[in-house]
Amino acid sequence: MGTQSVKVVILKDGHVVGRARTYSGFDPSKSAEEACAEALKKAKLTSSEVDHVTATGSGMEMALTSDSTVSMMGADARAGVALFSNARTVIDVGAEEARAVKCDDHGIMVDFVVNERCAAGAGAFIEAMARALEVKLEEMGPLSLKAERASPINASCVIFGESDVVTLIHRQESKPEIARAVFDAMSDRVSSMLFRLGLTPDVVLVGGVAMDVGFVASLKRKLGVEILIPEHPEFAGALGAALVAAGRVR
Amino acid sequence: MKETPAKDDVEYWRWQEYHRVLSDKTWKDKDVITAGVDVGSVGSKAAIMIDGEIYAWGIMRTGSNSPESATKALNWALEGTGLRHNDLKYIVGTGYGRVNVPMANKAITEIACHAKGANYIWGSSVRTVLDVGGQDIKAIRIDETGRVVSFLMNDKCAAGTGRGMEVFADLLKVSIEEIGDFSLKVETEPEPVSCTCVAFAKTEAMGLLRKGWSKEKVLAAYTRAMAVRMANLINRVGLEKELVITGGQSKNVGIVTRIENVLGVKTLPSPKWRENGLDPMVAGAIGAALLGKALYDKSQKT
Repeated sequence: MGTQSVKVVILKDGHVVGRARTYSGFDPSKSAEEACAEALKKAKLTSSEVDHVTATGSGMEMALTSDSTVSMMGADARAGVALFSNARTVIDVGAEEARAVKCDDHGIMVDFVVNERCAAGAGAFIEAMARALEVKLEEMGPLSLKAERASPINASCVIFGESDVVTLIHRQESKPEIARAVFDAMSDRVSSMLFRLGLTPDVVLVGGVAMDVGFVASLKRKLGVEILIPEHPEFAGALGAALVAAGRVR
Repeated sequence: MKETPAKDDVEYWRWQEYHRVLSDKTWKDKDVITAGVDVGSVGSKAAIMIDGEIYAWGIMRTGSNSPESATKALNWALEGTGLRHNDLKYIVGTGYGRVNVPMANKAITEIACHAKGANYIWGSSVRTVLDVGGQDIKAIRIDETGRVVSFLMNDKCAAGTGRGMEVFADLLKVSIEEIGDFSLKVETEPEPVSCTCVAFAKTEAMGLLRKGWSKEKVLAAYTRAMAVRMANLINRVGLEKELVITGGQSKNVGIVTRIENVLGVKTLPSPKWRENGLDPMVAGAIGAALLGKALYDKSQKT
């Protein structure tokens, strides 16, 4: 139950059989119902055949049909190790929050850090800057990869970043360089958060923002380590919750 | 017939731009007339002083071009005084855009200027100045002459800044000039919000309104959280009485009252700028003009 979208993963005998995503919108409970229905359809299952539902995410209490809940950090840790068995640090960058979890080889959380008070380290930042640049959100990443350098930008805050971007556009700075500056500013914030946790390899990146090639490239440059990204990074939290649910069936 | 703008066209963030000439003063050719031009991120201010006494000032919104904003603000302050640019013996530029004040003899940081300006407006008892500008918040310790002893600055986050407040004014559709009074219209002060990020304000505030909170209560909770941030900055620099607040947010009674509550200290009251008193938003420009006077005097001696 993310701030921007609801993700559902259905596991059958430990294998993913259904996956769906809807926008959280005005009524996240309803969005959750819709996402569940869609995932069940894909899995060719009915809700009565589901043994246990575990909810996670910032809006987890709004998932009305759930049997239990698990913290976002707990879900990230479980998913990270299930996806990459050597994962010891799982970074999750979502729409409004970034967090990192240190975990053991069983996918149990050992330590974590969260940035939930500031939009500059989350997906909302890219969205706001894409709006200011008049570029589609999904074009921001590929655009930034065209730049050799980043524009000088004091983007430590979304509100100030917007006016900075407008100034840069007026100065006719190139859009790719501005886009690269946006991702650099974001990975700065994420890496300073990681600094408090320590970086134990293997490092896994999940959450919706992991789909952005511009952010990934910038974070790699910043951290200087290999970053593993699963096929469906935005579903990692839901997968973790499903794994927890599987353990709670009996 | 006067046209009233459609509801959504109202610019709630817009604050009053004005200029003033103090009518009880006149200038003579031998007077040392200096100017301070403070180009902030949101507002541009200019002050004209005769022998170190305030004579006129002007305040307007900063445009996308800093040199142009500086020139406009200075011209506005000069309007109605009969003074021309050549009558100004020394001009000091300050503020975020200080290096872009084309006519300035020198650029000086806004921290030194606000310190000096606060000393001029409120007198020598001022020891702590909180300057809340358009895009940063500074807590400044000063001595009895208005010199900076130490300072702390927050320029990484819009929460509590003038720019942040403008976003709130627009979001809740309350005029920026009334937002302070509005935030005080609550019977009991709500707990401050835990997340002050202005970028998240839209979703957060909507969530609270959906829960049935009144606009006043939402604003009170946010203003409280921002006042706590500012009080923390003051405590970190070390609070010493007297405390004054300069910059645009000094006009936000919701912020000022709550800072006083959190710190348990009264600020020296702001002059009544609407009724011919000095404007604490011009403190930086006043300080700049005063420092300009000192620099001019020094240059005449050598």
